[in-house]
Formats: sequence, C-alpha cells, structure tokens
Amino acid sequence: MDSHLELEDGSHVAVMGGGPVGSFFSYFLLQVARRTGLTLHIDIYQPRGFFAVGPKGCNMCGGIISESLVQNLAAEGINLPTPVVQRGIDSYFLHMEVGSVRIETPLQEMRIAAVHRGADPRGAKGNTDCRGFDGYLLELAVAQGAQRVGKRVDGVTWEDGRPQLKTQDGHEKTYDLLAVATNVNTPALKLFEGQVRAFKPPQSTKTYICELYMGRETIQRSLGTSMHVFLINIPRLEFAALIPKGDNVTMCLLGKDIDKGLVQSFFHAPEVTQCLPADWQVPEDFCHCSPKLNIRAALHPFADRVVFNGDCGVTRLYKDGIGAAYRTAKAAAITAVFEGIAAEDFRQHFWPACQYLATDNQVRRIVFAATRQIQERRFLRRGVWRMVAAEQQKAGGLRRMSMVLWDTFTGSAPYRSVFLRTLHAAFWGRLLWETLAGCCSSGLPRREGKRS
Amino acid sequence: MNTGALGKPYQNGEIIVRQGEVGNCMYVIQQGQVEVLLRKGQTDVVVAVLGEGEFFGEMALFDEQVCSATVRARGEVRVLTLEKRTFLRRIHEDPSLAFRMLEKMSHRVRRLNDSLNAALGRRGALR
Repeated sequence: MDSHLELEDGSHVAVMGGGPVGSFFSYFLLQVARRTGLTLHIDIYQPRGFFAVGPKGCNMCGGIISESLVQNLAAEGINLPTPVVQRGIDSYFLHMEVGSVRIETPLQEMRIAAVHRGADPRGAKGNTDCRGFDGYLLELAVAQGAQRVGKRVDGVTWEDGRPQLKTQDGHEKTYDLLAVATNVNTPALKLFEGQVRAFKPPQSTKTYICELYMGRETIQRSLGTSMHVFLINIPRLEFAALIPKGDNVTMCLLGKDIDKGLVQSFFHAPEVTQCLPADWQVPEDFCHCSPKLNIRAALHPFADRVVFNGDCGVTRLYKDGIGAAYRTAKAAAITAVFEGIAAEDFRQHFWPACQYLATDNQVRRIVFAATRQIQERRFLRRGVWRMVAAEQQKAGGLRRMSMVLWDTFTGSAPYRSVFLRTLHAAFWGRLLWETLAGCCSSGLPRREGKRS
Repeated sequence: MNTGALGKPYQNGEIIVRQGEVGNCMYVIQQGQVEVLLRKGQTDVVVAVLGEGEFFGEMALFDEQVCSATVRARGEVRVLTLEKRTFLRRIHEDPSLAFRMLEKMSHRVRRLNDSLNAALGRRGALR
C-alpha cells in the first residue's frame, strides 16, 4: 500500500451519490481545502434529480433531522430554511395502551426538523413551496464549487492505481479520489465487487414508510408539533412513528416482514386512531415505499483512493442516519485534506469515527431489546408511563426516564450515554416504585392531553 | 400557515440576553434580526444589528464572565439555543465545529480594530 497518497492542488475527486452524505462530503472537502489554499475539482454523480414528485425524487427515509444535527449545522453556518423544514418539532408523544405522555424538548424550543427528502410525495395536494432536504444540500455543495453530473455510473475500473468511472453514455474519467456515497437501495455497490478487495457491503433490512395527506390545519389540530412514537404490542412490529410535516404525515414502521396486514393492524390500533382526526379515513392510494436500512456496518469501507461513506459504510442504527452521514462525511473530508487518501490514512483517521458509530450501534441493540421488553409487558409499560407522566407534570427536577426516552427516540445523544444513564440507582429505584405502584393501584395518574 | 420554523420565537423588544447576567448558552438567529445594546450610564446604545445565520452569546462558552451586552429582538425573531455544556462536548469531539465561530470572532476583532483606528484618526485630525 502506498502511504504517501494525498490530494494536490488541482486534484479531481468523484463522489458517487448526491444524497446527504455525498453533499456533506463535497461541501466539507471544498470548504476545508479552500481554507488550506487547495483547489479541488469535485464531480458529484447523481443521475436523478430531487425535484421529481414521489419516490423517484426521494431517498426514502422518515425525514427527521435530529436536535444535535440541527444545532451542529447551525454552528457550521447551515441554517435550514423554512421551505425545507416542513415542520419544526418541539416534543414527542409516547403512546402505549396504558396511556400517552408528552415529552418536551429542553427549553420548549423547535429543535427537530421534519423534512421531505425529495420533493412532494406522490399525490400531494396543497403545499406548493416544498423544497426537499437532499436537493437543498446538493445546492449547498454546488454553491461551494462542486459540479453535479446527471449520469449514472455503470463501471468502476482502475488506471495506474486511480479510480476510473464509466458512465452510461460510455464516457470515462479518472480521478485522484473516489468517495462512494450511495445508499443501500441502489445496485451501485455491486460495481465494487472484486474491485475493492477487503470491502464487504453492509447488511440491510426492510422498513415501511408512507406519506398520508391530511392538510396543514388538520395536522396542526391533531398531531401538532410533536412526533408521535408508538410502543404497542402488535406482533412483528418493533417501532412505529407518525411524523407531522407540512400537509402530510409520514408513517414509519420498523419490524419483521412488514406486510399489508401489519400496516392495517397499526392503522386500526386504538392508540393510533386516537391521534388521528375522527373523520379521517385511510386513503385508497398513497405514496409509500419499503426502503432498505443499513443494520450492520460495512467491513473495510476504504482503500487507496476510495472511501465509502454513510449508508454504504457505517451509519447509526434506526435513528439519525443523516446525523451519521454528516459525521462520517466530515471525518472523511478532513482525513482526505489533512492526512492523505491512502487506505492507511483512512484507517487511522476516518475509521475511528465509523467505529464509534458501530460500537454505539451495539449498545443500541441492548437498548432496543429493553424497549421490546417494555413493549411486550403491560406492567412495565405502566411503570414507564407513570414515571414519565410524573416527571413531565413536575416543574424542574431530574427527568431521568423522559430524557432516556427522548434521546432514544430522537437519536440526539449516543446510545452509550443513554445506556449509562439507565444504570443509575435512582433510575431503577423510581422505575421499580412506579411499576409496583402501577400494579397495586387500579387507576392511573391523570392522562395527559394529546394535543400540543 | 408557516410550520417550518425552528428555534424559539421572541417578540419585538423582548430581551433574549441581558448585560451583566451569567450566560450559559450560545444563540443562532434563524429568522429576523436582533439588536446588541451596551449600557452607557442610564441609556442603552445599539452597537450592532445581527441577522439570520449570525450568532451571539458565544463568549459565554469560553469564559466565566457575565454577558457583555444585552440582546433584544428587533421585530419578530426566531433563535436557536445551544447549551454551553452540550455544545462544548461537541466541540471536544469535533474541534472543527468551532472554526466558523473563530472566523466570525476574528472578523469582529478586525472590525473593532478598524473602528478604533478610525476613531484615533479622527482624534489626530482634530488636534
């Protein structure tokens, strides 16, 4: 391996994929390079635009920009404009069959952004000023000096140790560095089979996402500015959420073999129907998709002059994938400018950022297993609900369970931090007390209102 | 109905940060403008107007001093709050996050130098 590979003035960089990770990588690479007096030429290969309505123009995810990412972007000078943010979120509602409870953001501030990844969902009505998050980030990268190439890459070869991309029209171009930033839903990763020896693509699972039109006013009245999370005992369903946006509500389901029957069971669960307007009917047809999610990190997502970022490398499990894209893309960009572009440089300086996420995902599995126990046991659900309700009704004081749930559902803090907080004796003492109290009393504490 | 606003809303004239109080947050303006006021005797003097994307309160992140100026909403404004402890932890994880702040602070020092030079120049010309 050549350990002295580095970007030079005038180097050419290819980025495969113009989603958040490709745009973040290009944006930060150009920004850091400019600060150090280096001129780089970046081509972002993004065949489809993000302006097409429906799944064609969408990178298919729930579209939540976490509290920590909103703040980090603000500190970077990237303030998400209003047409991009479909709805500012200031709280979470946790729904269980024992009751619903609202968990507010610290300082009661709109700190989470609900966005559309592409343009309007298929069949959208009403909203005409929607700007997709992915398109917005791509515009930022282009404004920094990157060039978008609207062609599909259908071949990757090597010329004198440099990656060479071949597009569908037969055009070939050789680059000094290739950043792969595709998601796990495209066949693009197959191009690297046998090309990057140690690289093993990530493992994935399917999820279910749909967009339900309700209209802005109706959403404001029924769901408000809260994301609604459901811990309900439906077989095969692990997690479900309703995310209010502009005129639509995004429904995300995680679980095993999600099919029409499971989706219908969720729609008809009393915890769900009580959140939705009484006169609202599930539409006959709506924009939906079953995208794959990265659930196990790729192995060796780098080689000389190649780095795999975001979904096709290492990301956060289930939550804050865009936050993970930001972190890994930035780590790769800083490595490429300051350390070099050899495999060893990426191993030493980029891989630790990925490993941090991968290790955190292991902790997440423990947290998720605990959540599943709560989901399946009524007495535990009752204990958790009582504890959160008591914390939210009390002004001030430590909100241990609320903050644990907040960070678990929002992905605002590393899972290891969430897990460590659950080891505190006071956390267990209070949970035990509320669980026992919940078992002994026939009634429940006052139920929280469902509107924010 | 505008549903896509982030941060916390403040009404015209509302004080966001008060001179002399202990500050433990940095603020980034999402929409609107704020005025930066300095107390001189019994009156407040507007020394700067900040707009979208600009930040204030950053000095509280780096020293233990009280706020050096009052910041007041000029019209309706939305401001995102970054708590000191959380934000410092993130800077510790990714020091480059502080680069833009350093850049802005450097611009402010440069502007102050220019103003000082101009004031000294005027005094010299009057003599």
